[in-house]
Amino acid sequence: MTDITKTEDARTVRARSRSSSILADVRLWAAIGFVLLLIAPHYVYPVFVAKILCFALFAAAFNLLLGFAGLLSFGHAAFFGMSAYVTGYCLQTLGFSAELGILAGTAAGALLGLGMGLLAIRRQGIYFAMITLALAQMVYFVALQAPFTGGEDGMQGVPRNALFGVIDMSTNMNVYYLVLGVFCIGLFIIYRTVHSPFGQVLKSIRENEPRAISLGYDADHYKLMAFVISAALSGMAGSAKVMVFQLASLTDVQWQMSGEVVLMAVLGGIGTMLGPIVGATIIISLQNELAQIGSISTIVQGAVFVFCVLAFRRGIVGEIKHRWALWRSRSS
Amino acid sequence: MKLTKTLLLTGAASMLALSANAQDSGSGISDDTIKIGLIADMSGPYSALDGAGSEAAIRMAIEEMGGEIDGKKITLQTADHQSKADIGSNIARQWADQDNIDLILGGANSGVGIALQEITSEKGVAYINNGGATNALTNENCAPETGLHWTYDTDALANGTAVAMVKEGNQSWFFITADYTFGHNLKNTAANAVQENGGEVVGEVSAPFPTQDFSSFLLQAQGSGAQVVGLANAGTDTQNAVKQAQEFGLTQAGQKLASLLLFITDVDALGLDAAQGLTLTTGFYWDQDDKAREWSAKYEERTGAKPSMVQAGMYSSALNYLKAVKEAGTDDAKKVVAQLKTMPIEDAFARNGKVRADGLMEHDMFLAQVKTPEESSGKWDYYNIIRTIPGADAFQSIEDGKCEAAKTAMAEGGASGASGTESTSGQAQ
Repeated sequence: MTDITKTEDARTVRARSRSSSILADVRLWAAIGFVLLLIAPHYVYPVFVAKILCFALFAAAFNLLLGFAGLLSFGHAAFFGMSAYVTGYCLQTLGFSAELGILAGTAAGALLGLGMGLLAIRRQGIYFAMITLALAQMVYFVALQAPFTGGEDGMQGVPRNALFGVIDMSTNMNVYYLVLGVFCIGLFIIYRTVHSPFGQVLKSIRENEPRAISLGYDADHYKLMAFVISAALSGMAGSAKVMVFQLASLTDVQWQMSGEVVLMAVLGGIGTMLGPIVGATIIISLQNELAQIGSISTIVQGAVFVFCVLAFRRGIVGEIKHRWALWRSRSS
Repeated sequence: MKLTKTLLLTGAASMLALSANAQDSGSGISDDTIKIGLIADMSGPYSALDGAGSEAAIRMAIEEMGGEIDGKKITLQTADHQSKADIGSNIARQWADQDNIDLILGGANSGVGIALQEITSEKGVAYINNGGATNALTNENCAPETGLHWTYDTDALANGTAVAMVKEGNQSWFFITADYTFGHNLKNTAANAVQENGGEVVGEVSAPFPTQDFSSFLLQAQGSGAQVVGLANAGTDTQNAVKQAQEFGLTQAGQKLASLLLFITDVDALGLDAAQGLTLTTGFYWDQDDKAREWSAKYEERTGAKPSMVQAGMYSSALNYLKAVKEAGTDDAKKVVAQLKTMPIEDAFARNGKVRADGLMEHDMFLAQVKTPEESSGKWDYYNIIRTIPGADAFQSIEDGKCEAAKTAMAEGGASGASGTESTSGQAQ
């Protein structure tokens, strides 16, 4: 019985992929995107694009949890910010090379994620969100008070140490390509996670947790794994940002940052690979462009969010995908 | 031996000076424009005391110079850092790399301020901070060749208030400190000043940051019997503490309330009923003298409000920068800053001002007391200036500071003189 449905499934899938054009090929789009990102810094200010990549990775990591495991965390700034501090400390005080600094930051994010995850995943929905928020606030107060973070002055003038100890990182261009590398690795990990049996189990837990448990899956174990991966990648994004801006500040650990990443993911479309990247690009561009025309930046951001929630219920990418699917089913 | 060394040093120094002069005639004004950039808080917690008012103040300075220097146009571009160090940093880098900016002003947020100073120092752009409170700008993070700190810093405010009040016979102090680095710094500076001048700190309590309810802290302050209750906090925390102190009848019962960091916009927000009797130090008050009144009237015509000390400082720093550009004949950051260090700073904002080797603009501060509603003639008439605090008393000296570059420079200056032995040996260590 199950075998028959499986083969039928496989056949329809294959048929669909054959009938759908080359446009649906993920690898093609990934390649186009990669080439665009390779040449982007020659046309757009590299520090700005690097910043977008950092936030895109952060939003994508957050989306792994919200979009694919159905867990809304309000504490992701803790991983992003604390990893930034750890990387900053490793580069500045311990003199680590760039890649070791970023790895240390990522490891810090993962460890923090393990600690927070163990406590938080026991609850669901609003309780889960509140627990993550509370724990993130604890991290914020540590960052505010601990001497090594520099309090509200932040950690400043972090050196851009050489990659592997030999490749010079002092120019914006070199840092950009480092960040691009980090971004691609991070995104690849997310893609592999989502499109693996592990990712399928996560989705089944998202859709119907009691049923997944009844099928023999240890839901808490899977959720914790997803939480740790998401935290580690958020940390990786925060670490890369330190390389770009040579500073780590309280902004990165504040609860507003946790809110901002939710905004990016929701705006772009949760549960899609591309959504958080589009969302992050829009938000960061708005912040940067509106900064230079007076005092309306936050108001416009709010208005854009309200408009998108009303007009694109599934987020920008989610809505496009949905319309595309509708159009295809009608035309076929 | 020592003589040869001195001779060599002098020789080297004069050669450097010569080559600098030779460059001077060639460099002039880059791309025939003097570009000023303002990175301010346009929409956040400091927008009232900084923000659009700062922009207006800088425009006034540019207009005063006639909009150009020797035929080279002066332009102003602005940005809102949204209280985020990375946004400020991104914009400053872009301006330096792509727009060839000459001077960046602003940074009324300690994190943003230090970030801007780091970038401008790396890129060789002049930077003047107005509104950032942190003394790290001219200590650990100093960049004396390009980065200046103009209006005030935590030392001047805490020190000024504490010294002046102890000298007036207010010997015993109790501190309510915001429990983070900034609050503790402020408190330590003030407490040291109190003790050095023969006063006594009878107690202290740390309040979490931010705090809504100060009642238990205020009760402890009342119970301590101290003559002065010092508030080592800022912004909303200060406003909450002052309001609640009034409700507890702290000042009516004879204790004095001293705020270690307070802007005129805070007093405006609090209202005189709540703020009356508060003692504070300010770098500028619009009603301090004729020059200030005259300029502030022009400013008010333009913006509809009296300037805060930060906005007045913006005007002063832009004006003096432009004068220095005119004098030096170039917009090269290091040369203009060096020029600024030789000029006396005296305008609508600054009294007896001078730019020190560590980048701090030392000038007279004012000890003020907030008027009672009866004394005040209306909006913005808020302070009684009790006395002037000479800059040297208010600000921390370079020797006590942590700006190694400035100390080295001073030691070298001493070495070329006759009695250079001590400083040279100190430098060797």
